[in-house]
Amino acid sequence: MVIYVFDGTFSGLLTAVFESFGRKHRQVKLVCGEHFEQDMFSETVRVTADKAKAERVWEGLKTKGGKDARKQFYSAFLSESAEIFQHLFDYALYVFNQPAGYANNFGNSHVLAVSQMAQKVHREKHRMEAFIRFQKSGNGLFFAVVSPDYNVLPLILKHFKDRYADQVWVIYDERRKYGIHYDLHHVHEVTFDFKPEASPEQSQVTIAMDEKEELYTTLWKEYFKSTNIKERKNMKLHIQHVPKRYWRYLVEKEDDLRV
Amino acid sequence: MSERIREKLQILADAAKYDVSCSSSGSDRKNTSKGIGDTGSGICHSYTEDGRCVSLLKILLTNHCIYDCAFCVSRSSNDIKRAAFTVEEVVELTMNFYRRNYIEGLFLSSGIFKNADFTMERMLKIVKKLRLEENFNGYIHLKTIPGASEEMVTEAGLYADRMSINLEMPTELGLKMLAPEKSHEEVKKELGVIRNKFIQYADEKKIIKSVPKFVPAGQSTQMVVGATPESDKDIMGTADAYYKAFSLKRVYYSAYIPISHDSRMPVIGTQPSLIRENRLYQTDWLMRFYKFDVKEILNDQHPHLDMEIDPKLSWALRNPQAFPVDINTADYAMILRVPGIGLRSAQKVIAARQYGKLHIYQLKNLGISYNKAQYFIRCADSPFQLNEKEPHVLRRMILQNSKSKYARQPTNQLSLF
Ligand code: SF4
Repeated sequence: MVIYVFDGTFSGLLTAVFESFGRKHRQVKLVCGEHFEQDMFSETVRVTADKAKAERVWEGLKTKGGKDARKQFYSAFLSESAEIFQHLFDYALYVFNQPAGYANNFGNSHVLAVSQMAQKVHREKHRMEAFIRFQKSGNGLFFAVVSPDYNVLPLILKHFKDRYADQVWVIYDERRKYGIHYDLHHVHEVTFDFKPEASPEQSQVTIAMDEKEELYTTLWKEYFKSTNIKERKNMKLHIQHVPKRYWRYLVEKEDDLRV
Repeated sequence: MSERIREKLQILADAAKYDVSCSSSGSDRKNTSKGIGDTGSGICHSYTEDGRCVSLLKILLTNHCIYDCAFCVSRSSNDIKRAAFTVEEVVELTMNFYRRNYIEGLFLSSGIFKNADFTMERMLKIVKKLRLEENFNGYIHLKTIPGASEEMVTEAGLYADRMSINLEMPTELGLKMLAPEKSHEEVKKELGVIRNKFIQYADEKKIIKSVPKFVPAGQSTQMVVGATPESDKDIMGTADAYYKAFSLKRVYYSAYIPISHDSRMPVIGTQPSLIRENRLYQTDWLMRFYKFDVKEILNDQHPHLDMEIDPKLSWALRNPQAFPVDINTADYAMILRVPGIGLRSAQKVIAARQYGKLHIYQLKNLGISYNKAQYFIRCADSPFQLNEKEPHVLRRMILQNSKSKYARQPTNQLSLF
């Protein structure tokens, strides 16, 4: 077993796949740089992310696996899980060593693991598209703070850009400390500091709100209550759909958190 | 000002909530001109404490009504607070909620104020303002006001994504009993107007690309169940007939929640039959996605759905001759009919078996509910069985196996079969 150390980036992972082909290493343990402690008994390869090599593997994944499978591959990567990094690596090797089409063989454990993780990441993507709540600030900026389970901002970017094309917005991932900002033309990654130690409630006070903001939050909260049918109450189902960890980002649920 | 709008929203949202549809999918409006909004994703932005999806701002334009339908909170004889939104108020609310990512769009319905056309005209003003002035491309579901003129209804279809008009009760007889001013004939007429225009536009679109969208997400309707004594067979028979005659996208079933002391209906405090509602939805799914004919599930011999088990399992137990199904050779249609296998896992089975015969452990990985499915299938390593179990024995075993699932509080959300 050879150990490959990569930098945790997507192009680093793809480069690692490329290197293993060149070196004919089939049994590789892939580890992410920051967690790695040198083990003196195993052979170690340090992978330096290389755009050109990554590009070739990326292209190859499309040829061998198809567009959809490749999309899943990327989505699964955004889970940021060490276990999935290994599966992705083995998946790539498997797909490259089989005739085209095997990226759909769910009987293979790597294919299955990647597809299941991609599904989880997608669920989180959909949740964010649903649960993001913009607040309007005094200068017309719509902003939202989130803390998704997986790194899904790259996946939701297009949705928000297409939908909210005529308003300036920022979506900030407070767990990963970066955000995406749309300026009516393009979306940029931003890494401004939201006062790292302050809770989102505190940091938001520093932004002046639009004068109507409070009215619309109130209206929304009250609408949410009015549209409920109490004879049908089913809290188990409610919580299954809106797990508690998301409540602090949802205007309509924030009051429930305090009681 | 803000006090008044708050009160209006409470009254008019409260009165609108009995329309259970909150779907915002099935349309594909793009945000082409750098305006705001698009449709297609059908997102549920939140869920109420009853577990229902909140996707649209669902309100009545007004709860004033000249009619007196016994099952409706807005009926004229009911002593309640009345309110009416202005056109501007509805537009402002929709835009401000939408911009904050609270909703996918608007579901606008109304009591009948003065007369049908007077009401429909105001609703039309709202959708036109949204589309033409606000450049709004989000979802709009518009209720057709019974009796509104053909011109008004077809014009509305140019701006709405979905239109609907409710059957209210599953049969004409039931409806006449509770709402003498209404009729299924009228519903058919309005559904027919939209259907015919829809076909006309679709034909024109084949020749001229620039033909505008017309009710792209189609039409739907709703029936209240449990207010009148129809059987499940009556209910699903009506649903089936309307699906076919008007190419409806959805039929909704809403368990009646007693709202009055009217002696013709269940008394206040009677629990709505959510489990029955759930079984009706499951039957609806079997018809639409699992290619069942309604008569296979409900017929003169079996006019009622089994409340203990889902209709798919129920069908399987009544048709032992169709099983076991060989997972590795059976066609897709038959795999779909296996209890415990849903749409997704059926597709996965078809995809996965190309690469070799499937075994039990793989089936489990594909998301099949093996505990249930095992009695109805054969795969590469199925244990050899000397004789098949009798249906009633099977039924008991499955019920025992999944006690928790079947005993649990039923919901209007569908569990997979
Ligand atoms: S016409 Fe509609 S709003 Fe009026 S009472 Fe009948 S169901 Fe209710």
